[in-house]
Amino acid sequence: MTLLTTPQEKAELLEAAIKGRSLWEDARRRLFRNKAAVGSMIVLGTLTFLAIFGPFFWPHDYETIYNDRVLQGPTWENLHIFGTDPQGRDLFVRLLYGLRMSLAVGLVATGVSLLIGVIWGATAGYIGGRVDQIMMRIVDVLYALPFIFFVIILMVVFGRNLILIFVAIGAVEWLTMARIVRGQTISLRKKEFVEAAEAAGVTSANIVTRHIVPNVLGPVVVYVTLTIPAVILTESFLSFLGLGVQEPMTSLGNLISIGAREMEIAPWLLIFPATTMMVTLFCFNFIGDGLRDAIDPRDR
Amino acid sequence: MFAYTMRRLMVAIPTMLVIIAVAFFMMRLAPGSPFDTERALSPEIRAQLMTFYGFDKPLYIQFLDYLKGLATFDLGPSLIYKDQTVSEIIGSGFPVSMTIGLAALLLATCVGVPMGLFAALKQNSLPDYSIMAIAMAGICIPSLVVGPILSLVFGVYLGWLPTAGLDLGKMTFETLLLPVVTLSLAQIAIISRLVRSSAVEVLRSNFVRTARAKGLPELQVLSKHALRAALLPLVSYLGPACAGLITGSVVVETVFQLPGIGKNFVTSALQRDYPVVMAVVVLYAGLIILLNLLADLAYGLLDPKVKYE
Repeated sequence: MTLLTTPQEKAELLEAAIKGRSLWEDARRRLFRNKAAVGSMIVLGTLTFLAIFGPFFWPHDYETIYNDRVLQGPTWENLHIFGTDPQGRDLFVRLLYGLRMSLAVGLVATGVSLLIGVIWGATAGYIGGRVDQIMMRIVDVLYALPFIFFVIILMVVFGRNLILIFVAIGAVEWLTMARIVRGQTISLRKKEFVEAAEAAGVTSANIVTRHIVPNVLGPVVVYVTLTIPAVILTESFLSFLGLGVQEPMTSLGNLISIGAREMEIAPWLLIFPATTMMVTLFCFNFIGDGLRDAIDPRDR
Repeated sequence: MFAYTMRRLMVAIPTMLVIIAVAFFMMRLAPGSPFDTERALSPEIRAQLMTFYGFDKPLYIQFLDYLKGLATFDLGPSLIYKDQTVSEIIGSGFPVSMTIGLAALLLATCVGVPMGLFAALKQNSLPDYSIMAIAMAGICIPSLVVGPILSLVFGVYLGWLPTAGLDLGKMTFETLLLPVVTLSLAQIAIISRLVRSSAVEVLRSNFVRTARAKGLPELQVLSKHALRAALLPLVSYLGPACAGLITGSVVVETVFQLPGIGKNFVTSALQRDYPVVMAVVVLYAGLIILLNLLADLAYGLLDPKVKYE
């Protein structure tokens, strides 16, 4: 334990004495004091902005083929700052599209897993008893499935369509979410404030929305930020095996797989997408770690 | 303990059945057929092929037939490579995947555990932060990036190691080094983080304080008291991780063009080689279940607080 000595902390203490702070406000303060997390948010924000709006302002299009500029290295000439790919398309704009696709897959698939996981877990945890047992047994069985193989089978047999990628990956990732939410819900049900609310005659629906959900939110938010990079990885893994998004559309994994094929003669095709992917994953993980420390500061 | 093991194995049977059923019907109900070749087969030949492989029977009968075959370890011939049985294909691919997976796991444990322990001992110091930064890098840099880059640097630029390719049956140190390192990096990262956080907790706990208070030398406190408790979470992680490593090697096998089972799986799924796909799924599911059980049992042996009845 350190004594509160810095002027900043003293000021905060004073302020706290004047005005009460909510748990969330506390967490937000701790998060914004975490330099890695704040830096990651800035970088990720910039990358997202570029991925969404960059292509509108860039002179090249992601599917325009320049037959005379195949496999050009990075050059200012014609503004191919990241070079061109084996078909003679501009890598920079393709990278932006790829990043956009990877982020979209990450967000949508995580959303799917969040939706299924929270509903499943909260229901099992709140109802309890036999329903809980059966629901969680299903989760246990699903855990034993070699899921990546099922996703591969799905991709192969039903063709590579985008919605299927979203749903398939989301359906893989919801299990852990359901377990987290269930565990939290069960421990919350026995808390005094929930009992107090019950005693005061608050309806079940209100208890769930006003008391349970806000308190479950913390761990869920943390898990979400750590699921997004996992989903991006899964998608890139599929694209790498040639089972992800279809040409001429692209994703980071798809670009990396092309880069890996051409790396001996055109290393830039590997280096730029690989770096973009690593930076993106770094950012999500730092934000996730920062959030965990902020919301649950016990084991720092 | 015995009763617990039996109970777990009894639960494993329906789990396996569900897995087999899902994989089987998913594969079969999907469009496409193993006989979709470039040259269209005449209807008569096609019908004969279907009869030969039993595809003309109702699907549930085929499923029961498959289960029967599985119970007697007769997985039948491959639909694409007509001269090979499924068992031969798996038998040639699995040793490659297993060697890489186990070697990677061994490497990851040997490197990750000391890293995590060291970081925990020097908590919140520069060595701790740098080790955790390395671990973060290991988690964020996926194998599909590490693999190509390693083979670019060590294979192409420096020319020390072969970039890809492994002649069947010839696994040498040089050909396996890069795949194993690639596969182990993420595991090193996860293991060192896991060990660090559990060791930090253990070092703060009462029994370690007691050991110190009664005047034991620090080395003895660490090796006799703290280490065992700190490594417990690792045991329950290693079971699933072991299966996961073999699974994860799909990418590594693709990058380094190794004739492993993961690569087999993707090609046979693309060619609708049903028996091979099924065999790989069954093998992995069985491995996952078995390794999870082993991890739980080992946990029970190591942690006196856990009792299975």
